[in-house]
Amino acid sequence: MQRSLVDRVYSAVVGTITGFGMLLLLAPTLIVLVISFTGGITLKFPPPSWSLRWYLELLRSQEIMEPALTSLKIAAAATILSAVLGGAAALGLARSRLKIARILDALFMSPMVLPAMAFGLSLLLVFNLLGIRLSAATLVLGHTVICVPFVIRMVGASVQQLNPVLITCSLSLGASRWYTFRRITLPLIRRGIVASCFVAFLTSFDNVPVSLFLADARTEVLPIKLWAILEGSLDVRVAAVSGVIVLVTLAGLVCAEIFGGISRQIGNR
Amino acid sequence: MSPADTTASRQLLPALPLAALFFAAFVLPLTALVLVSLFRDPQFSDLSLVQYVRFLSDPFSLKVLSDTLWLGAEVALATLVLAYPLALVYVASGQFMRTLITFLIMLPLLTSTVVRTFAWIVILGRDGIVNSAMLSLGFWQAPARLLYTWEGMVLALTQIQLPLMALPVINSLLRLDGNLTRAAEGLGASRARIFITIVLPLTLPGAIAGWLLVFAAAATAFITQTLVGGGRIILMPSYIYQQAVGVQDWPFAAALSLIFTLAVTGIVFAVGALSRRFVRGVDAA
Repeated sequence: MQRSLVDRVYSAVVGTITGFGMLLLLAPTLIVLVISFTGGITLKFPPPSWSLRWYLELLRSQEIMEPALTSLKIAAAATILSAVLGGAAALGLARSRLKIARILDALFMSPMVLPAMAFGLSLLLVFNLLGIRLSAATLVLGHTVICVPFVIRMVGASVQQLNPVLITCSLSLGASRWYTFRRITLPLIRRGIVASCFVAFLTSFDNVPVSLFLADARTEVLPIKLWAILEGSLDVRVAAVSGVIVLVTLAGLVCAEIFGGISRQIGNR
Repeated sequence: MSPADTTASRQLLPALPLAALFFAAFVLPLTALVLVSLFRDPQFSDLSLVQYVRFLSDPFSLKVLSDTLWLGAEVALATLVLAYPLALVYVASGQFMRTLITFLIMLPLLTSTVVRTFAWIVILGRDGIVNSAMLSLGFWQAPARLLYTWEGMVLALTQIQLPLMALPVINSLLRLDGNLTRAAEGLGASRARIFITIVLPLTLPGAIAGWLLVFAAAATAFITQTLVGGGRIILMPSYIYQQAVGVQDWPFAAALSLIFTLAVTGIVFAVGALSRRFVRGVDAA
């Protein structure tokens, strides 16, 4: 009798906290979506009326659309660079037993451990000391470094799962190294590459600590712009931007799930 | 060099371009950071350790550092309390519930930090959800100040960082041998007792891994700290930014960055090493 009471209390506590936790995970995203359709001029919740005015306002706001476009371009460039360089490195490192390979692996993973603010500041200092003007290119460079660890881990995991016999077979049957890479290796690690590109793109698009130090007056990126707007006032246009970001991310997640099995990849990370 | 060595080194060739990039854009800048922190003043006139002495002898700076680390610890603890029940339910559930929980965990993980932080401004603001609910239910007479407070910041960061805790805890629980809990159940232990004496100790490595991830993420969360915490709560990330960009005192900003980096990574490595040494659980291998 006493035991079942203890069990019931325990289940109630676990159930309640779980319910609260699930609500906590979901609510903010929903709230952002709801408030973005407000017809009012403040962030009052629930919205007094409904409209698409802030989305229309957004289309007319040059000072938000331009940073958004810049962010997309920089994220695309950083994704391509980190996927190509990181993917190649992951292929080289995954099978090597040399000590230097493990050192390089640790080096490529270290941007994940280092507080990104320190890295952002260090890039600002070195560009200044070397007299390199800040530009979109310097920003891409910084973003590439912070995206690389995801590529190394995810592509590395795919390479580990690849059966080396397949490659030996292909080579011994007379295929060239390039042909083997194109027809055997690449298709087998495709999931890892797609998943890491997805995560790298989001990482760059969302990055603040590095952009904060490296964005010059002409290359303003979206998260920094939004941060600056919210520091000054509680602008409802940010809700509309957020709504767009949430919907596009969800669409991207569905695509990445279809082509790369992203949820499994992230679980493995 | 033997032929085998050459083949082994040739395998590493694809990693060379990235190694070059990392030398130029990672190793070199960090070296510069260390060097700059060793100068006496922003004019780079004289080498000395004066920036570090300045930090260690200034109660304000020390308070900023300890507040930041404390924030990380507090948020990590709060996410731990939420993550365990979530993980227990996940493990005990069928496919549908598992997919739902995975989706809920991934959602904040993939939505931009600024968006997540913005959501908390809407929730905690003067006209926000909490205030309107409390006022209309008659619990509060006037809107309470929730935004720009320490508690508000801890709450927001807890939600924002929860996925980083939930994933390792779930992974740990999945690897737990179900026979152990079934045996305890058969011998008549209550579910609470099974959790305290079997599940918790054996999944502790996952919890510690999550704790460290959340600790580091919350301590360095510049956006949430500045927007939900507000301008009056000064923490290391905003302190570094203010010294570097506002005051343009690069040597001090560099020293602050290094001290902060060492404090955070030091704690992460120390706790990680201690747990590997003393904690035995399902992830120990």
